[in-house]
Amino acid sequence: MATERITSAEDLARLKESVLEESGKFRARVLICMTGCRALGAADVARAFRDGLSAAGLSDEVAVVETGCIGFCAKAPVMLIEPWDYLYGGVKPEDVPEIIETTIGKGEPVGSLAAKVGKEAVPKRGDVPFYAKQRNLVLENCGRIDPRSLREAVARGAYSAAAEALGSKSPEEVIDEVTRSGVRGRGGAGFPAGVKWGFCRKAPGDEKYLICNADEGDPGAFMDRALLEGDPHRVIEGMIIAAYAIGASNGFIYVRAEYPIAVEHINLAIEEARGRGLLGDDIFGSGFSFDLEVRMGAGAFVCGEETALIASLEGERGMPRPRPPFPATSGFKGKPTNINNVETLCNVPVIIGKGAKWYGSIGTEGSKGTKIFALAGKVENTGLVEVPMGVTLREIVFDIGGGVPKGREFKAAQMGGPSGGCVPAEHLDLEIDFDSVKEVGAIMGSGGLIVMDDLTCMVDIARYFMSFVQSESCGKCVPCRVGTKQMLTILERVCSGEAEMRELDVLQRLAEDVRQAALCGLGNTAPNPVLSTLRYFRDEYEAHIKEKRCPAGVCKSLTTFVVDEEACKCCGKCVKACPVDAITGGKKKVPANIRQEICIHCRSCYEACPFDAIRIEGAAVTSAARR
Amino acid sequence: MGEATAVDLDPLDAILSRLGDVTADKLIPMLQEIQGEYGYLPPEALMEASSRTGIPASRMYGVATFYEQFHLEPHGRHTIRCCRGTACHVRGGREIIRAVQRELGVEEGETTEDMKFTFETVACLGTCFLAPVMMVDNDYYGLLTPDKVKKALDSYS
Repeated sequence: MATERITSAEDLARLKESVLEESGKFRARVLICMTGCRALGAADVARAFRDGLSAAGLSDEVAVVETGCIGFCAKAPVMLIEPWDYLYGGVKPEDVPEIIETTIGKGEPVGSLAAKVGKEAVPKRGDVPFYAKQRNLVLENCGRIDPRSLREAVARGAYSAAAEALGSKSPEEVIDEVTRSGVRGRGGAGFPAGVKWGFCRKAPGDEKYLICNADEGDPGAFMDRALLEGDPHRVIEGMIIAAYAIGASNGFIYVRAEYPIAVEHINLAIEEARGRGLLGDDIFGSGFSFDLEVRMGAGAFVCGEETALIASLEGERGMPRPRPPFPATSGFKGKPTNINNVETLCNVPVIIGKGAKWYGSIGTEGSKGTKIFALAGKVENTGLVEVPMGVTLREIVFDIGGGVPKGREFKAAQMGGPSGGCVPAEHLDLEIDFDSVKEVGAIMGSGGLIVMDDLTCMVDIARYFMSFVQSESCGKCVPCRVGTKQMLTILERVCSGEAEMRELDVLQRLAEDVRQAALCGLGNTAPNPVLSTLRYFRDEYEAHIKEKRCPAGVCKSLTTFVVDEEACKCCGKCVKACPVDAITGGKKKVPANIRQEICIHCRSCYEACPFDAIRIEGAAVTSAARR
Repeated sequence: MGEATAVDLDPLDAILSRLGDVTADKLIPMLQEIQGEYGYLPPEALMEASSRTGIPASRMYGVATFYEQFHLEPHGRHTIRCCRGTACHVRGGREIIRAVQRELGVEEGETTEDMKFTFETVACLGTCFLAPVMMVDNDYYGLLTPDKVKKALDSYS
């Protein structure tokens, strides 16, 4: 019975019905994130729950479900308890008895594990500021289901959009619907997805391919990982619809090898979908056949570029080639190929299910729907955030993200990874969509959003990204291979205080040249972090060059850490934090003393001091209130 | 790696029989399987795979050296992977990398002489909420400071 095939929309509805009836037997469900939160002990918590419930004789009444990402990663391990929708964070196995007694037993929240607003506990997920401004269309099942179970996905509506598309729409009608919805590619460039499908549909040839790009290489972006881990059937459903639209009978999911849980979950999901007849021949009795396989990347950032990805799938070194011809006419094995990002494909079931008109009512004029951001860096609430296009950066960073920790000042948000740029505080009220972000010198990219505070040196950030793209440059074209190296050299000279002012002009010129002349997207966008920091933070570059100081106190050659003896309370915390034993004193009323010849400028003492007694000479950062 | 002991080719045989006819587009999955089995890509195994599949060894070498995942030398018993993603960088990730280098006396991509640790960095582990973060084998160490690195590494034998 477990492998009963689903050959029609009616079969699917019947399965949904029976799963709902079955799960109705449980009066409560404990949902525990078992993906990212696994790193902080979620497995022990789940075990404690199973043991505790069984000891209390509640195993038949309360289900424990191991889910994908619930979103609020800052509070890991995170759990949700239905039907009350209480959200608990930082849960330890020893908290479990209290949760069972108070919440499962009496339906009341455990305030100490709930999120706080001021001093007030806010137990209900929907009331937590982190979630209040979000709109979860694509992430709706993520954290609500066991991703290793097709039945649970079906209970929440999975595959119904595919049944509708294959059962009652022609491929052209599907393309038309997706085009009218206005959805743009979520991988970075923002090209209208329906138009892209149309190119591939119209390309001559019987053999066509569909590729899901899950080579999420941008440092700081992890939404594709979360979707594959937490709701893999949505990815498959999106691919079935896309394949039907373009006329592909074979597909690939190209996923990073660094994501073992994602690989495991998507493979399980494919196997189960195949067993049910949702992949393979004659899907939903429509006569349409489609199957797909997972290919693991092997650690090359450039393979996120579509022509490099295809080269990698073909077993070659992952180097891009000039376009045209575009993959839509000549892609994998020279056949028409359509490539979409994970998040784009995950939007497709929503569009087909709810209709283009409904979808188009969300977002801005030029960018429809929602966008998932991976919020990280110097922000209180790191995690996954799905918001309608058009919310402001301020809403994301402060209302949802809870602002910058330790009372420090917001300096910039880095958007779009190595291809993007830094958006400064003056643009906090920018309504975010594909076009507005581009206007201020960044890109939407895949949706990584790293918050930076006043302790972040913007020259160092530019140097960091340049060093990243320089080492990831495949070396095929000269502008990228040589240009990034030269830009990196100049940035390193600025950071070490050796550069002269005229080098900034060379840097700017090189950046423009590489942008125009590089072969692929990696090279074309590589200068963006440099250009955006030069545009908004030129004063920091100049301070490094003219005054030989790093205003944020980051660049090692230009910083000296000293102890303010009057403020030092001799607590010894800095002595303990120093990894190279450079600090003497700091106890028995002898103030700490940093031996400069040993100090490695790692900033550990600065971070550890509870009294702001350590100063960074030459830096313009003020001490902020510490907690 | 001096005069290595002869490489046992039986596991390779099992992989090749399982994969059946290996066409060029299956080269990367095949190398991944070989590395999964041996822990690295032994030249002897590659030569043998080349003669059995007809894929030139030069092409295998080209692919193996292009992708960061592949290595042609044996790895240590434990693999340390430090994240150098953006979130880790702004939260002091570079100091974690330096701390590992100081602790082990090896550079990125190298293995300690006692074959205990191989030290690698990766573009991003995708666990930015743990920043700065490193992995040792499959264990995560998050919210690190330089002084916590030694303690973490000391727990491995």
